[in-house]
Amino acid sequence: MKNRTTVERKSERELVVTRTFNGPARIVFEAWTKPELFKRWWAPKSMGMFLRSCDMDVRVGGGYRLVFGHDASNPAEFFGRYIEVTPHSRLVWTNDEGGDGGPVTTVTFEEKGGKTLLVLHELYPSKEALDAAGTGAADAMDEQFEQLDELLVTLGAGEGRS
Amino acid sequence: MVQYSRIRLDASFAALSDATRRGVLEQLGRSDASITELAEKFHMTLTGMKKHVGVLEQAGLVTTEKVGRVRTCKLGLHGLEEEAAWIERHRRLWDARFDELDKVVEELKRKEKVDGRKKR
Repeated sequence: MKNRTTVERKSERELVVTRTFNGPARIVFEAWTKPELFKRWWAPKSMGMFLRSCDMDVRVGGGYRLVFGHDASNPAEFFGRYIEVTPHSRLVWTNDEGGDGGPVTTVTFEEKGGKTLLVLHELYPSKEALDAAGTGAADAMDEQFEQLDELLVTLGAGEGRS
Repeated sequence: MVQYSRIRLDASFAALSDATRRGVLEQLGRSDASITELAEKFHMTLTGMKKHVGVLEQAGLVTTEKVGRVRTCKLGLHGLEEEAAWIERHRRLWDARFDELDKVVEELKRKEKVDGRKKR
């Protein structure tokens, strides 16, 4: 059974995503903090995203580094530090790859009757930063789709359209 | 073009940050209304409502037309399409991610069950 993902722009600088998962908080938390598990879902293949590597040192002050991209010559890197780690209930990390323009992400896990309500909150340093945020990877995705579009045109996929 | 849509998004998100203005949009979604009617509905002075409508108008969310002495307000032509698209883009990414996470959670749950049985 699929649960609903909601996205809300709470203010000029805040984006909030919520979703319920059919499992206890310890399991959902585990999937966010073990690199080999995180790697399996953070870059959805259905969206043409591919995670080359994923390093995580999940403790206060520890860092993470995600590398996206299909070829090594054009990698997109995301990195930052964990500033709060409370097992099974709360994770807070910074996004430092964009300099000062990166958001701080807070994820809370709230267990109720064997299910977990997950709330992901991103606080951006400015309104402009949130406006521009395609969450990085989504931007890359747009670019990939554009490239695909161009390729399809080259291949004559537009032919025969009435 | 991109710049233009950014400026427009700025204006409309700013316009939408106010509960009264969101209420006015909902109201106009049901039927057109004059500024006087809107002011009454939201228990507000005419001047106050004029300001709100002005903000919505600048953001392109509302258009107004003066017929005789009455100014009628209606929803703007392109409504909230761009705002919805911005949100939808984020929603699609997280939804796709979380669908994959569902699978991981299912697998870990199964594993826990099996491990629990082994221990007994």
